[in-house]
Amino acid sequence: VDARLSILIIDGNRDRAGLIETSLREAGHTRVTVVEEVRGLLKRIEDLAPDVIVIDLGNADRDLLEHMFLISRTVRRPIAMFVDKSDEQAMYQAVEAGVSAYVVDGLKKDRVKSVLDLAVIRFKAFEKLRTERDDATQALAERKEIDRAKGIVMKMRNFGEDEAYRLLRQTAMNQKKTIAEIARAIIASSDIMLEP
Amino acid sequence: MKRLRIGFLPLLDASILIAAHERGFAEANDIALKLVREISWANVRDRISVGQFDAAHILAPLPIAQNLGLSPLNVPLIVPFALGLGGNAITMSLAVAGEMSRHADVARGDPRAAGSALHGVIKARRVSGAAPLTLAVVHDYSGHAYELRYWLAANGVMPNRDVALTIVPPTMMSDALASGAIDGYCVGEPWNSEAVSQGHGVIVTTKASIWRSSPEKVLGVRKTWAEQNAETLAKLLGALHQSAVWCSSPAHRDELASILARPEYLGIGEDIILRGLSGTVMTKPQDDFLLFTERAANFPWQSHALWFYSQIVRWKQAAHTEAHVRAAAATYRPDLYRQALGPLGVALPGASSKVEGALAGTTYMPASGGSIALGPDGFFDGISFDPAELSGYLALLAKNDALHNDRAE
Repeated sequence: VDARLSILIIDGNRDRAGLIETSLREAGHTRVTVVEEVRGLLKRIEDLAPDVIVIDLGNADRDLLEHMFLISRTVRRPIAMFVDKSDEQAMYQAVEAGVSAYVVDGLKKDRVKSVLDLAVIRFKAFEKLRTERDDATQALAERKEIDRAKGIVMKMRNFGEDEAYRLLRQTAMNQKKTIAEIARAIIASSDIMLEP
Repeated sequence: MKRLRIGFLPLLDASILIAAHERGFAEANDIALKLVREISWANVRDRISVGQFDAAHILAPLPIAQNLGLSPLNVPLIVPFALGLGGNAITMSLAVAGEMSRHADVARGDPRAAGSALHGVIKARRVSGAAPLTLAVVHDYSGHAYELRYWLAANGVMPNRDVALTIVPPTMMSDALASGAIDGYCVGEPWNSEAVSQGHGVIVTTKASIWRSSPEKVLGVRKTWAEQNAETLAKLLGALHQSAVWCSSPAHRDELASILARPEYLGIGEDIILRGLSGTVMTKPQDDFLLFTERAANFPWQSHALWFYSQIVRWKQAAHTEAHVRAAAATYRPDLYRQALGPLGVALPGASSKVEGALAGTTYMPASGGSIALGPDGFFDGISFDPAELSGYLALLAKNDALHNDRAE
């Protein structure tokens, strides 16, 4: 690890940026700067003179960042992290993970490769974490809906709990829908029927 | 059926791609489109370069700049089809438009009157010691940047000296104007009409007034992808041609607007979208504000590529060399357009290049498969662009720019 490398991370997601910064520091990097926004960054970029700039693809101001490179007198025209044929797969992976990086001085490319590799790993891990959390939240919400729909069926048809659930499941199978979808339909219609 | 991933930004000139998918033209040509809405032109460029997109709605100068080595990536891109002519406008804040109206009637949209009025405003502001105006475009390598710079310079305002230029994404222009972060901008529709309808800005002129029948977005694909997927590319161009014809019919305007309004496409009201589609972004209607297929709008004229190149050189983004001229011209691929659309009976221009600004009115050019109506076209300052006289054109612009630069204000 080249501790002298100046690394600038631009990420609107504070949690993810924190993860990346921590792991870069753990890897021995000392000159790591994290910012959330591109707007107003020109002077900062010139002061920091970063060797590598990492930015998330979800940032709508990437075009502004590249404009700053173009008008800056001190930042040498940066190139994409992976520009060689052999790097195509790595570039694809980075873009897929939602991260992009610029190397300000092409000569240092080998020395900064590990920085982007690390960022890509962190981006992927964060995405996985987020997806799992979303899945869990959704599963919980669906469970609540199904319970509520079950209660409505029990009350209206005078069914037991098992019987009500079986009816939901059978209806879902007949209509080629999920049980949660059927539950939502029951809740929506009961809201109309039962409102005073 | 081959499935193509295509990137786009939410703009009226993505219509041909969107309608090709929504109206079944893709399916009729044995392909399926997966349209992916993007948030920056850099993302579109990167994702097409690494192969995550098979094709994209892209700023015409962007593939040219990439092939000239001006992009962070060095993957060759080509342009086999153009997605229309016109469609942009220049919007100023209420304050600046108000100052401009003291110098000239800006409501007419005349680029000469509006430009000299802006020149007057900038002079007055300089005298009073006010900060220079900040004007935004969507990207440095964009039709917007070059037509805004062209308009300013032709009116004696030197873009690198007299104003501050910045970059704002299209969908954020109106908000940036409202917040005072910028004083004006050049962008594609519906993002001018949005500011007008919200009461944040005034449209002072249009792209079609600055350069009539001028190129804007294009279809960009990787060169290697086009070589390896020649048959699929031909099918795509067939679908886009049919879609362009459909989009250009006034009878389909309402339906097109309702499709574009959906949240996955532009996510803005149909009434705002219809202003650009019908050419009524200003009080005075413009029947060629945005053309989807008329005047050979989809043909990738190499003279268009070379005009963008001339501006890249003019603003010192690249040096004028023989190799650069060849790379810029070769970005546009009229040969692929002909190969794909000739067999479908589409009228094909015989030439691949034309003098831009030579036609005062509609002119019928003989073409294989019939004739093509071209023009009127041309730049508002009356200077025409002959790609065969590229160096002379560059010298003329350099002389004019030097005159303005030297003039003591």
